[in-house]
Amino acid sequence: MTRDEIFAKVRDVLVDALAVDEDDVKLQSRLTTDLGAESIDFLDIVFKLEQQFGFKIAQGELFPENVAQDPEYVKEGKVTAKGLTALKARLPHADFTKFEADPQISKVAEVFTVDTLVTFVERKLAAK
Amino acid sequence: MRWMWIDRVVELVPRQKLVAIKHISLAEDHLHDHFPAADGREALPVMPASLIVEGCAQTAGILVGHAEEFREKVILAKVGRFELERDAFPGQTLRYTAAIQQMDKVGAATSGTIELLEHGPTGTTVAVVGRIDLMFSHLDNNMSGEKFPEHNFVFGESFKTLLRSSGVAGAW
Repeated sequence: MTRDEIFAKVRDVLVDALAVDEDDVKLQSRLTTDLGAESIDFLDIVFKLEQQFGFKIAQGELFPENVAQDPEYVKEGKVTAKGLTALKARLPHADFTKFEADPQISKVAEVFTVDTLVTFVERKLAAK
Repeated sequence: MRWMWIDRVVELVPRQKLVAIKHISLAEDHLHDHFPAADGREALPVMPASLIVEGCAQTAGILVGHAEEFREKVILAKVGRFELERDAFPGQTLRYTAAIQQMDKVGAATSGTIELLEHGPTGTTVAVVGRIDLMFSHLDNNMSGEKFPEHNFVFGESFKTLLRSSGVAGAW
């Protein structure tokens, strides 16, 4: 499957899960601030990606899990260097470059764009 | 008033499907406010669509809760789709069928149908009048990691009574 084909299927998932217009779903769109995703929508997206692509996504494999509750990873509302290292290792499909400049935990969801999902699916299919 | 919007569980296939019914009665106070006579218009008692959603959510929620023997706090988190084609009136029966589409530690996705049973002199007719897709969160495994009270405040005595009176066995 080409990257364009993956994007088209990911876009269908997001149109269905977030009730957004197809034209609003661009590679650089952030799931939260641009497309309006809330916390439960992340689970919905995981379920719909599983159905669309026929693979299983483990908890914490696509989106971060319980980072904020680990005092080693978050101090005074910011992700620590150790936390960032862990996030990058666990979520290699996500680009934390911009986030590193101001790693407020409240903004970690903004890391996740449509491109993140496409890259995740691409890697997952390649590993099959 | 108890916040129970189903009367009986009539079928349960664990982890797959649950069917429940709701009889609509003119004795229910809310029907007299939905809609009362006003401005020359006659009263029109109709089952509120929002309470049909709640009944569907209770049906699917019990199915999801039962899958883990009610250890999880199962909370309705998202109504992905709700379509209702006809009104439901006193004397009619609503039948909700819920099926689990996907489930993991964090939550579950369910789909459901809404049927309307019309009881007439020659028998009962059944029509599918709606569809609903719901998402539930297992509260203690929520993605934010937020903590909630230990006791299961979701599945209280009313739910247990409903299950017992419906003949659904369990050790909970």
